[in-house]
Amino acid sequence: MKNVIKSTLAILTVFAVITSCNNSKTSNNKSGALASNVAEKVYVAPGEHDEFYAFISGGYSGNLTVYGLPSGRMFKEIPVFSQFPTSGYGYSEETKPMLNTSHGFIPWGDSHHPDISQTNGEIDGRFIFINENNTPRIAKIDLKTFETTEIIEVPNSAGNHSSSFVTENTEYVVAGTRFSVPIPQRDMPIKDYKGNFKGALSFISVEPEHGHMDIKFQVLMPGFNYDLAHPGRGASHGWFFFSTYNSEEASTLLEVNASQNDKDFIAAVNWKKIEEYVNNGGGTMMPADYAHNVYDEATHSATSTMIKEVLVVNPSEVPGAVYLLPTPKSPHGCDVDPSGEYIIGNGKLSANLTVHSFTKMLDAIKNEKFDGDAYGIPILKFEDVLAGSVEQPGLGPLHTEFDDKGNAYTTFFISSEVVKWKLGTWEVLDRQPTYYSVGHLTIPGGNSRKPQGKYMFAMNKITKDRYLPTGPELEHSAQLYDISGDKMELLLDFPTHGEPHYAAAMRADIIKERSQKIYNLEDNKHPYAAKSDAESRVVRKGNEVHIYMSTIRSHFSPDNIEGVKLGDKVFFHVTNLEQDFDVPHGFAVLGQNTSELLIMPGQTKTSVWEPTKVGVWPFYCTDFCSALHQEMQGYIRVSSANSDTPLKWSLGEDIE
Amino acid sequence: MKKSNIIMLLAAILPLGLFLFPLWKITLEAPQYPTPLGMYIHINDFSDANPHDIKNINLMNHYVGMKYIPDAIPEFKIFPLGIIITSVIGLLIAFKGNYKWFLGWFILMIVLSSAGMYDFYLWEHDYGHNLDPKAIMKFTNPDGTQMGFQPPLFGSRDILNFRAHSYPQLGALFLTLGIAMGFIAYLLGKKNHKTSQVT
Repeated sequence: MKNVIKSTLAILTVFAVITSCNNSKTSNNKSGALASNVAEKVYVAPGEHDEFYAFISGGYSGNLTVYGLPSGRMFKEIPVFSQFPTSGYGYSEETKPMLNTSHGFIPWGDSHHPDISQTNGEIDGRFIFINENNTPRIAKIDLKTFETTEIIEVPNSAGNHSSSFVTENTEYVVAGTRFSVPIPQRDMPIKDYKGNFKGALSFISVEPEHGHMDIKFQVLMPGFNYDLAHPGRGASHGWFFFSTYNSEEASTLLEVNASQNDKDFIAAVNWKKIEEYVNNGGGTMMPADYAHNVYDEATHSATSTMIKEVLVVNPSEVPGAVYLLPTPKSPHGCDVDPSGEYIIGNGKLSANLTVHSFTKMLDAIKNEKFDGDAYGIPILKFEDVLAGSVEQPGLGPLHTEFDDKGNAYTTFFISSEVVKWKLGTWEVLDRQPTYYSVGHLTIPGGNSRKPQGKYMFAMNKITKDRYLPTGPELEHSAQLYDISGDKMELLLDFPTHGEPHYAAAMRADIIKERSQKIYNLEDNKHPYAAKSDAESRVVRKGNEVHIYMSTIRSHFSPDNIEGVKLGDKVFFHVTNLEQDFDVPHGFAVLGQNTSELLIMPGQTKTSVWEPTKVGVWPFYCTDFCSALHQEMQGYIRVSSANSDTPLKWSLGEDIE
Repeated sequence: MKKSNIIMLLAAILPLGLFLFPLWKITLEAPQYPTPLGMYIHINDFSDANPHDIKNINLMNHYVGMKYIPDAIPEFKIFPLGIIITSVIGLLIAFKGNYKWFLGWFILMIVLSSAGMYDFYLWEHDYGHNLDPKAIMKFTNPDGTQMGFQPPLFGSRDILNFRAHSYPQLGALFLTLGIAMGFIAYLLGKKNHKTSQVT
């Protein structure tokens, strides 16, 4: 206990020192010509488009938000792991299966690290992947429709944090576990953690054409915490690097007990070697239980399939597959430079920033210069793999990104700044404050061979006074910097939604050209679609009433419905017949216990309503669709359970 | 083959371009349509300038009670037949006939094309004026008469929030060139005839 108090006091002292010497806000004092110059750099004239897309994770919102750079304007919130009443995602019958897991339906998620698909080490803008930290899952979003089209649960994982990063040709999207757990899960004492818990690193293959995901294998690693990861590229393509903390294997008071070792590790995983091993029949198929949810664009419906086994690999049985690189003090971010040579371990409690060399690592492996092993995994010597270190760059390094000119940019949480330094010489070139306590940062084209430079933005964890106050709970704040010159220049503050962790950004042109405007009604294969007013109808199957409803400016068909009784389960299958860009229709009925539906042109969505009261209840279009939007309404009559009101429906005439 | 007959041959063939290219195009511009709505009129079909344009024009037009643009009209059978028949006649006289026949073909084409344009005008007029009495929105002219929404036969015009453009397309150019060449064939044939008479 004394130790705890001592270390708390020490930390408090450090904070006091930092806060007292970090009070100058130089970049806020600019005015006149200089300020207007900065304004011009982020000004995107009305009707003009931003140069870059930024996909910013929503953290505990469970979603992904789409922004433009340099304006910092938000364009869309894409529902991924959380129910989204705005569109009916996770409420409509079609999308409820997307949130199914082995633990049942889960309405919420914690989304972390978006990463865009790649071809030949360059970002191709086809898909974006994002991980759910709490109930481990990986989602795929199609950047043609900006909709979540696939979610796969990751078994044997817990705290799905060192995820979802893609390899050079999107061969794999990789998901590592932050929390080690008993594998398989079982009832056992927590104190027996050490040696018994394991950390699963999952390699999820991505089918090249449609992007379908499939867990190819899981590497069962020692019971450390696998914090972040990045793929090798160029010469190091075929390897994957994971930072670890808690190599102490503590299960309680980790802030102290996991901070004891002078060095933790970066785990270097030769996935090509393991892939070959499993392709030749290596590994063990173990029982598992995880959901694979796929959204079909033709039927506008998702299906959830439970998978009952997964292939696991014990790394000590595959010689040359995994090595451990000692890295000082609980590294957080694990970042690989565009050339693939340097692996940066952002030791969050270290005074220096450690950079490993891939070439030196291969040499050390070749010469078998090992310094013991951990559970059969060889540990390399720190000095043998070290490329260099950035001396005293700041306090609390978290993440590093790269530009296209051989520079690196590292965020420092405690000293609340971004530091620019040179790869190879390790000299610090510039530092700029962030407001406040930056977490991740993003440079467009990051995690690829070709960063697109120009801008960098920092996603901060603390907002405080940056905007007009909104009570105790604030949105987080991001800051955009111009990095085209020698020195970074702060351009813009913009609020972000939820708690952004990582973001992925890229030049807008590729995505913009492919963005879909409507769904073709002709291609709609939804079993309950009404593809014209004439096809609309009402069908009773026992106590289920299926309403095949169509919408077009500005009416529902049918708009008068009678014959529904208490105890019925009413399915409103609503098809939007429009085929014009940006003409959605909405649907809501009084007393609906779920959310509204927002239906895009050519789409069908279903809302289930179980009326609880006798009466005549209105429904209406929730989207201001046209000049006669207010007239877009209808009535459904609910009779008592024993009534004999016949089932009838109509449009434009009295029901008779 | 005489030069004038070769030109007449071309004159007879050119209008067949109407089977390859649209005759006319009507475009509707409005602020909400950064990509304007457009419809091509072919000799045998209406088609979208961009996918679903005709459906979207119909949706707009039903507010003021205009009828849906039909999938097919009788003209789509008559016009192609007319073009084929006049082309066959043109070919026959190109091989067999003399300059007087060329003039005859030219006049025939002028008459038929004018009739076609008049027919198009009548359809447009009906389309723009024969409105559903239960129209959602009814507009009147300043003199109290019912406002019509006829697109221009040729040129541009404001219709409520839209600016409508109506202009000939490549098919019309082929037809015009064909007719013009018929007349050139006539002039050349006539000149040659006089020259040969003199010598």
